Amino acid sequence: MIFKSRLPAAPYIIWVAVFILVPLFLVFFFAFTDTGGNFTVVNISDVAKFGPVFIRSVLLGLIATAVCLILAYPFAFAMSRMRRGLQKIVMMLIILPMWMNYLLRTYAWMTLLETNGLINRFAGFFGLGPFQMLNTDGAIVLGMVYNYLPFMILPLYTVMIRIDESLIEAAQDLGASFTGVIIKIIAPLSKPGVTSGITMVFVPSVSTFIISRMLGGGANFLIGDLIEQQFLGNAYNPHLGSAISLILMVFILLSMALLNRFDDDETEGMLV
Amino acid sequence: MNGEPIIKLENIEITYGNIKVLKGINLDIYDKEFVTLLGPSGCGKTTTLRIIGGFVEPQAGNICFDGKKINGVPPHKRQVNTIFQRYALFPHLNVYENVAFGLKLKKVNSGEIRTRVAEMLELVDLNGFQPRDVNSLSGGQQQRVAIARALINHPRVLLLDEPLGALDLQLRKEMQTELKKIQQRLNITFVYVTHDQEEALTMSDKIVVMNNGEIQQIGVPESIYNEPSNAFVARFIGDSNILDGIMHRDYFIEFGGNYFDCIDGGFEKTERVDVVIRPEDIIIEEPSDKNIIGIVEAVIFKGVHYEMIIDSFGVKWTVHSTSALTVGEAAGMNVSPGNIHIMKKTAETDISRIIINETDGGEIITE
Repeated sequence: MIFKSRLPAAPYIIWVAVFILVPLFLVFFFAFTDTGGNFTVVNISDVAKFGPVFIRSVLLGLIATAVCLILAYPFAFAMSRMRRGLQKIVMMLIILPMWMNYLLRTYAWMTLLETNGLINRFAGFFGLGPFQMLNTDGAIVLGMVYNYLPFMILPLYTVMIRIDESLIEAAQDLGASFTGVIIKIIAPLSKPGVTSGITMVFVPSVSTFIISRMLGGGANFLIGDLIEQQFLGNAYNPHLGSAISLILMVFILLSMALLNRFDDDETEGMLV
Repeated sequence: MNGEPIIKLENIEITYGNIKVLKGINLDIYDKEFVTLLGPSGCGKTTTLRIIGGFVEPQAGNICFDGKKINGVPPHKRQVNTIFQRYALFPHLNVYENVAFGLKLKKVNSGEIRTRVAEMLELVDLNGFQPRDVNSLSGGQQQRVAIARALINHPRVLLLDEPLGALDLQLRKEMQTELKKIQQRLNITFVYVTHDQEEALTMSDKIVVMNNGEIQQIGVPESIYNEPSNAFVARFIGDSNILDGIMHRDYFIEFGGNYFDCIDGGFEKTERVDVVIRPEDIIIEEPSDKNIIGIVEAVIFKGVHYEMIIDSFGVKWTVHSTSALTVGEAAGMNVSPGNIHIMKKTAETDISRIIINETDGGEIITE
């Protein structure tokens, strides 16, 4: 029975083993050894020195995730109630920016936000500015929201189109006003979409280094930058880099586990 | 009927794109009535129900509840509740929470909610099901939860949109009697939408037959069945033979190649009309010059009766009879005057205004 056989999964299993499990093991190995290959916990304890960077990264990631959720939720709901044809067009528009290279899109924001960039020149017409926008935390959050917003909209939209119109009508019929419908029907039924949306925005936001490097200037370090520095930068120390990665990974796993606690129903289509 | 109607639809019109879904619906629904909107799919019956529920706003015309105009009043402020086609139970709530939904919104205290939910579940034979997951229930049980959820709010009018469509035949029959019982016990108005004529005939006090966005006929089940006001109603309700006829004068008609006495009058002289004859009203006789002669083409055993197809000069008649003829045999068909239903030729327009003269008897005229 070919349909019951696991054979078709073999290419992927090999892929996972070679490119995910082995590197993961290496990260683990490096994190707990020194340059001589001896066991040590110094790398892990050294991570504590970067506490402020961790806090800043998590904070910016949380803000970006919250902004994405606030923007995406009503939009996804409105989109799920549009005509089918219109839904497809809107979906295209959401995915369209992803056809362009990620770096290029972020570069575009640099030219927009610069001191003598487009936005400041436009503001100048009205005698305003120039504003310092580039190299601020705000610019980093903007970059995160801009790049990861589709990853919030799509899972929300996916759960919301599955909410049958008749459930909304039934709730209204039983006496629920518009807000009543949102709170009692839409919110609980879209919970799985919210958790996967949060996961898909928060995780890359917390570990990004390109966005903070390009829009935040070199000075405002995030965890991603820190890790990159240990492997490719001046501070070359793969052991410390692995330790930071490991801690970040554990942190993300814990926060996802916490998030899933809120999502108590058995839900299909969950990520992580 | 008793006094003012509880729901009054006046010249309701709906157009989607260039399709007229409802073309001026006028309908009075009285308190405690079981009214069925009956028609084929796309006839506008569900749209009419949704207008009463407040989910569709009529583009023209008035809808009144208890004498007050309620155009524009949102569904949650109307004293009606709906049972939806596929029940629309809330999948994230259990049976208790589904049924309690309306009362919780009204901020009824939890002790009272608990007793009323228990009462309602008792009514639909589901007591003890409170903690059950609605997704684990069978279709019939989900249906009952939907009924309890709607009725717990004490609506003046309950709207039912093809509620039994998804159930199998046996269960559908049970639920028909049960719904009728519930309606009589609670003494409230039911507005029921279905395309199943048998269901409509079984349950209703009043049937509203609809087609193409227009009301074809309103009446009690017996009159809809026995006195269909046009060929559409006749064809839609039960089996029937629909023939061309010529009304030679009052109470005298020609069809099927012979002349018959009938009980209808008031037509133009030699007006062309539609004649409807129910298969069970045809009397089989020896072929003669007093009846319609045909050859038996097929005999099908249907349990209570035989269904025979009799070919009379190219016209296929459907005849129901408890005794069977043999295929190829010649038969004479006769109809008593009271069973000949005569209708004006359908000119799509004022169909519903045709008056069927119900005078008994009529003079006997011999040719």
